[in-house]
Amino acid sequence: METMWIARQAGGKRCMRMAEVEVERTQYQLNKELAQMLKGGVIMDVTNPEQARIAEAAGACAVMALERIPADIRAAGGVSRMSDPKMIKGIQDAVSIPVMAKCRIGHFVEAQILEAIDIDYIDESEVLSPADDTYHIDKTRFRVPFVCGAKDLGEALRRIAEGASMIRTKGEPGTGDVVQAVRHMRMVNAEIARIASLRDDELFQAAKDLQVPYELVQLVHDERRLPVVNFAAGGIATPADAALMMQLGAEGVFVGSGIFKSGDPAKRADAIVKAVIHYQEPTVIAQLSEDLGEAMVGINEQEIDLLMAERGK
Amino acid sequence: MNVAVLAIQGAFVEHENMLRRLGVTCVELRGASDLRKPFDALVLPGGESTVQGKLLRELGMSDDIKQRIADGMPVLATCAGLILLADRVVNDPRTYLRTLPIVVRRNAYGRQLGSFRTLGDVHGIDAHGKGAFPMEFIRAPYVEEVGDDVEVLAKIDTHVVAVRYHNQVATAFHPELTGDTRVHELFLDMIEK
Repeated sequence: METMWIARQAGGKRCMRMAEVEVERTQYQLNKELAQMLKGGVIMDVTNPEQARIAEAAGACAVMALERIPADIRAAGGVSRMSDPKMIKGIQDAVSIPVMAKCRIGHFVEAQILEAIDIDYIDESEVLSPADDTYHIDKTRFRVPFVCGAKDLGEALRRIAEGASMIRTKGEPGTGDVVQAVRHMRMVNAEIARIASLRDDELFQAAKDLQVPYELVQLVHDERRLPVVNFAAGGIATPADAALMMQLGAEGVFVGSGIFKSGDPAKRADAIVKAVIHYQEPTVIAQLSEDLGEAMVGINEQEIDLLMAERGK
Repeated sequence: MNVAVLAIQGAFVEHENMLRRLGVTCVELRGASDLRKPFDALVLPGGESTVQGKLLRELGMSDDIKQRIADGMPVLATCAGLILLADRVVNDPRTYLRTLPIVVRRNAYGRQLGSFRTLGDVHGIDAHGKGAFPMEFIRAPYVEEVGDDVEVLAKIDTHVVAVRYHNQVATAFHPELTGDTRVHELFLDMIEK
């Protein structure tokens, strides 16, 4: 990863001095490492400072600040955009844990704004309306870290090539239906296993098939994993959902609508945090699943017209 | 030699990988029942101190761990771990194990855009090889005040970023994210004594 990073930077910007390349590479490394610190944790969607404080008290390792949670975005329809910076700042002031925020796919000015207000992580997210139907943001131009969604290995590696320092499944946000997160996680894992099983001389063709740089394929082949942290996101509504994603290989989970669309958000948030730690212990997850009140109602995948996961490939 | 790594949230696998490289067997602590397993030393990894602190308490692990540290068990704490050990946090009312007489500032360098990498000298690791130590600061704390008998192991600019107090070594940076094993070796030497 590191050699590729230097090579690509040097090739793309020939006049760039090595010292500057080194600074950019260091920032990217630090950004990947922040994601490492979030591992084993739960990142919760919040829409105001009060929810942010509830999330922090319940044990969230970070919060995602947004004006409307995905379930409401889906219900309201229309174009959905980056949140009001003032609202995001209110959440930054309310908690001490990292604060993330979403920008539209390809909307690099929204990303510039989020960087300007000192956000800890940007989610270039399919949950918002895409601003560009061809290009994602060139995330190598930013110092702030990005997390991006991916349905399969090719998508994950393309986002990493563009500078993403963390990956999540796309799931199908706002539905409370975990089926797509499961599908994406299994797909990425299966493709990693396939790449790992290839002979060295087969990796060139694999890179062509996946439409990604050869160096990234080689890394996946050698390390048998993505070169960045991989979380599950989309449709996670219960402690069992969270534990399911962890058993499938997620390194942590994002919970969006599942918490603040449920009957008792604080209790559910706390239970999901603990289910992520004890994901291999059914007796603990059973206890955690008791008396949580009403889960979010949810919509089945087949009942929805708009598949957000199909945004951005 | 068994070293327990608190494995409830954060970058615990990175510590385990480094300890295994040094020939150590790791025990993961995920709940109170894991504390019954035999171990000779303890690592408190990086992550979010608010999450780790809350879970330590609610999973019923705090008192046992605190007692072991008080009884002299060697402990290595990095970043969030340093906050868990600190007696007081200047900008946060929450405190946790409080076995280390230092006052720390959380997120002392600001948010992620304030994260940085540098090289610095760590006192006491010279025996394991010469040269500056690579230090990764990720939304890191630093130490504002040290109590009696607390040895300052490293400073960056004017701020204390690594300390030793009898059996406790704590760093604001992340030795587990580098390829340099010297801080971990310093820690393991404390077990053998």
